Amino acid sequence: MPATQSLKKRKIVSASCDSGTSCPAGVASCPASSCPFRSPRSPRLKLLESALLLGPRPTAGGMEFSELIRTGRAQAELLRGPGAPPLRGTLCVTGHHLLLSPGPQATSDLWLLLLRSVDSIEKRVAGDSGTITLRCKDLRVLQLDIEGVEATLDIARSIEALSSLESVITSFPFFYRPKGLRLGDAWHFHPPEHYYKRVARETNAWRLSEVNEDFSVCPSYPRAVIVPRAVDDDALARSARFRQGGRFPVLSYHHAPSGTVLLRSSQPLTGPQKRRCAEDEELLRAVLAGARPGARGFIVDTRSAQAAKQARMTGGGTEAKAAYPGWKRLHRPMERGRPLQESFVRLVEACGDLEQSMDRWLSRLEGCRWLAHVKEALSTACLAAQGMEREGACILVHGAEGTDSTLLVTSLAQLILDPLSRTMTGFQELVEREWIQAGHPFQLRCAHSAFSHARPKHEAPTFLLFLDCVWQLGRQFPLSLEFGEGLLLALFEHAYASPFGTFLCNSEKERCLCEVRTRTHSLWSGLNQPKEQRKLRNPLYVLNPLAIWPSVEPQSLRLWQGLFLRWTRPPEPSEAAWEKVWQIVTDKEKTEGSQPTVSASEPQP
Amino acid sequence: MEHIRTTKVEQVKLLDRFSTSNKALTGTLYLTATHLLFIDSHQKETWILHHHIASVEKLALTTSGCPLVIQCKNFRIVHFIVPRERDCHDIYNSLLQLSKQAKYEDLYAFSYNPKQNDSERLRGWQLIDLAEEYKRMGVPNSNWQLSDANREYKICETYPRELYVPRIASKPIIVGSSKFRSKGRFPVLSYYHREKEAAVCRCSQPLSGFSARCLEDEHLLQAISKANPVNRYMYVMDTRPKHRMQSWWATQKDIGRIIVRISSKIWNDEKIRESHEQKRLNAMANRAAGKGYENEDNYSNIRFQFVGIENIHVMRSSLQKLLEVNGTKGLSVNDFYSGLESSGWLRHIKAVMDAAIFLTKAIMIENASVLVHCSDGWDRTSQVCSLGSLLLDSFYRTIRGFMVLIEKDWISFGHKFSERCGHLDSDPKEVSPVFTQFLECVWHLTEQFPQAFEFNEAFLLQIHEHIYSCQFGNFLGNCQKEREELKLKEKTYSLWPFLLDDQKKYLNPLYSPKSQAVAVLEPNTVSFNFKFWRNMYHQFDRTLHPRQSVFNIIMNMNEQNKQLENDIKDLESKIKQHKNKQTDGVLTKELLHSVRPESPTLKTSLCFKEQTLLPVNDALRTIEGSNPADNRY
Repeated sequence: MPATQSLKKRKIVSASCDSGTSCPAGVASCPASSCPFRSPRSPRLKLLESALLLGPRPTAGGMEFSELIRTGRAQAELLRGPGAPPLRGTLCVTGHHLLLSPGPQATSDLWLLLLRSVDSIEKRVAGDSGTITLRCKDLRVLQLDIEGVEATLDIARSIEALSSLESVITSFPFFYRPKGLRLGDAWHFHPPEHYYKRVARETNAWRLSEVNEDFSVCPSYPRAVIVPRAVDDDALARSARFRQGGRFPVLSYHHAPSGTVLLRSSQPLTGPQKRRCAEDEELLRAVLAGARPGARGFIVDTRSAQAAKQARMTGGGTEAKAAYPGWKRLHRPMERGRPLQESFVRLVEACGDLEQSMDRWLSRLEGCRWLAHVKEALSTACLAAQGMEREGACILVHGAEGTDSTLLVTSLAQLILDPLSRTMTGFQELVEREWIQAGHPFQLRCAHSAFSHARPKHEAPTFLLFLDCVWQLGRQFPLSLEFGEGLLLALFEHAYASPFGTFLCNSEKERCLCEVRTRTHSLWSGLNQPKEQRKLRNPLYVLNPLAIWPSVEPQSLRLWQGLFLRWTRPPEPSEAAWEKVWQIVTDKEKTEGSQPTVSASEPQP
Repeated sequence: MEHIRTTKVEQVKLLDRFSTSNKALTGTLYLTATHLLFIDSHQKETWILHHHIASVEKLALTTSGCPLVIQCKNFRIVHFIVPRERDCHDIYNSLLQLSKQAKYEDLYAFSYNPKQNDSERLRGWQLIDLAEEYKRMGVPNSNWQLSDANREYKICETYPRELYVPRIASKPIIVGSSKFRSKGRFPVLSYYHREKEAAVCRCSQPLSGFSARCLEDEHLLQAISKANPVNRYMYVMDTRPKHRMQSWWATQKDIGRIIVRISSKIWNDEKIRESHEQKRLNAMANRAAGKGYENEDNYSNIRFQFVGIENIHVMRSSLQKLLEVNGTKGLSVNDFYSGLESSGWLRHIKAVMDAAIFLTKAIMIENASVLVHCSDGWDRTSQVCSLGSLLLDSFYRTIRGFMVLIEKDWISFGHKFSERCGHLDSDPKEVSPVFTQFLECVWHLTEQFPQAFEFNEAFLLQIHEHIYSCQFGNFLGNCQKEREELKLKEKTYSLWPFLLDDQKKYLNPLYSPKSQAVAVLEPNTVSFNFKFWRNMYHQFDRTLHPRQSVFNIIMNMNEQNKQLENDIKDLESKIKQHKNKQTDGVLTKELLHSVRPESPTLKTSLCFKEQTLLPVNDALRTIEGSNPADNRY
């Protein structure tokens, strides 16, 4: 096929010219026109194509990307949904991107889509043209009308193959080199250590343990974890053997005002014989002893009592009352796994139907149960937070594996209680510490979004549920979060498909093996660039030192339209209103700022 | 006063209906001639106007006392526990008497005295001048004139005295038409679109039997269509569901279809003919069923359009159902949504909105005049005409314009406020939340177009408060004639000047009148744009609301910005002055003093504790911090 050959040739050329330098185009954010490598002889499209195929000879499981690309290019028209005008131009598939370059006379910029963000693809051919419908992981639906049946089928096959590559180290973050960012920036976020500094200032009862230095004690924990000072590393290792996946109880949050702590773990492996583990019991006893004399503890199990009991049959279980004096178990069943994914899929389906009647819409909204899950998550988090703040109790949260609903509860409880976690940096730290480092398996959970036809295996929108809950908090306390909806939307997008390395892999261990920290850029450095701030910040933020207790009545919860209806509703009015809010706020700063200048400009005697 | 036996009861408990903590507020209950007042131990006062009370219920005696549940028309529900049953019984009986008055003269408005003299009162009543409003629209003009036919309420008792009709419609035609229309409510002008020269007219249903026709009525409709120089075709919108017996689905689908067709902006002639054919068949069927519809054969140049808005009884029970569901303690998300669905409330709101959009599109896209009617032409017709005007004309989206709109399409055209709101002890079957629905539609528009309205949600809530309060004369009575007989302008006060005085509370800080791109609003009525209006139906349930208000803080900032800008201007001009005549150091010193005054606005830095700046009546929608005890986790 001549197209493929020419592409290969170009690739070699570009590889030689770029092997030393970083990517010339920064690709996603770089408009081709400003590219320093642009030469009059090579059209910008070619250049970008090559730029996207760069790096240390990307291979996909031993196979060159170019072998997966069935066709070089085609003429196509792109329909981007209501509000956006259609785009005509040359369509081209590269190793990581789908690009559309408008004709030479058109002024609009190159359009680019990360192939990784394609969730499902549908092709139709009629006459001598075809249509490809791309459903993206960020819930966008795109339609491409392509000239030529052969080209349509080829492009569809290429996208299909390239969007579902599973290898991490050939994924785009390993090739993405944006301008203005240096590799290794913002990877200095080491939340357990960083967070421990704060805890150490507040209390002496905890220490930073490196028992997991080589990830042998718990493969899904980071190297360093915060544990009671009274418990030594050996005991930790033994406690880890008693917990599923080695996830022994560790500190998640220290609530200084009441001197209580929030812990998380996985379920104990009591099994049908009701096994016990002295070190595990000792660990929890040490937690209570370290808090204050006579402190009580609550174990919030995110499964029903029934389910917890049943887990014994498969080796799991829950803490026996007698073995853990001072601790009381509470069961708060939360949905997880496949039912949660199905709920997400059904909600997105309902949101895509513009023709349905009011009754149908309401019954689908009810039937998908998404908002019921939001309510469950928020009220369980509130329960945990309330236990700490009101009852002065220590809280241990776990479900089964301790990597999903557990993290949902602990991170939300912190957001409710801790004003620092409601700041821009504090929230990013919270996500990094309580989700990424804490071993939420992002790669498995976010492999597919709501449109995929593939049978879900490990997918579950737990992180999205977290973001939705945060959004609900932000709606009820619009002045108390330093970040706005923009940050939550960005996190949702990047968790599912991102040019940054932050959400890659399932655990710290895997990220170390893949050298994610040294070979990819951190999302945080991308987000914290000044130009992004207006989109991400809440202009009305004022520090609120109090806990924020949300209302969880159904009347107070709302569908997150900004996410679920993002691509179906015309955004103008609400965006214009937001812009106006910014304008008022910045006006205020301006006028306040200019007051002294007036008095400064007064004539001196 | 003869109804009040106990004026003060101590140790009364007030329960929050959503909080689970059994901690109740304890305080003293006072009964006055006009209000029920509860003062709790923190000296917080809860005032309940007797006229707001919809029902009082005495529940079975408990160990802690006798529970008294009061439901209000403004959706407040209070649950008292009175320690002694005898006191409870006295209060119960008194409230039963006081909340249901038999005569207008006993209503609060006739005793309310805001300390204004007669000329102030009169000026208040003259604030909204409808003649002025018609002038603003551009009538009278060469096609439309003021008719004096109803000057003495001889033709139609429920219309105002001053009516605008097509210039070529003679008095005999008007009289003839009025005899053909239910309650004499013949077609008259409601809104005139100056630019398109198209009119929105309103009337009641024709009294046609199977074959009756009325030439005068046909003439009047012709006159309306001829008064539009651009498009001779006009629409007659019947706002009732096409067949009440037909299933809802068919109607819904039909509205959808027609609106889609219009929005496509292309009138395919063949399709029209086809739908004409279809409609003729339908109309025949309707006539056969003995209903009053215009016979299309007798009216040329007219397209008939049915939009399905249900009648007052359906609306009343729909709201009842909605409130029942929402009052449930410990409501689950699923029960909430299935209740919302089965109440049908949002479906009805959407139907009203769709009808208004149809009207707007007929005028804007086809340049056609529209005649709107329902049965009597004072409920659904008022909804559709006023909402349509609101979409068409940005004036009605200002504070004053909204008052004018209510005066025009609701008060003057005889929406039966007293009966619909149950001001007096009368037929409960006449009560219906028609006006509330209108306000809710407006609220939905403010949500979709956050910058298009000068007023905010608090304004809508305040108006809703006062259609039931009977504190002002505006909404008393059922038509202008009745209001004149009651001498309301001499005996009561008008609400509008009070709202205007308080304007600051009701301003939308995001309002941008300059963005004329939104001259005509085109709302999207896809189902998910309709949301439950929590701030209306739970306005007094403090715990359900956001704990911080964006509006207030933006309002404060805006205000400060203005203040600071003025300060800057002031100072700059002073500096200039001084510079010009600066001769010695004394002046400069003076200047220094004048420049450095601590601006009071600066001192009161924007702290969130100050959010009580704009409390909307006593319902604190904004509280700082929050309490886990308020919620069930």
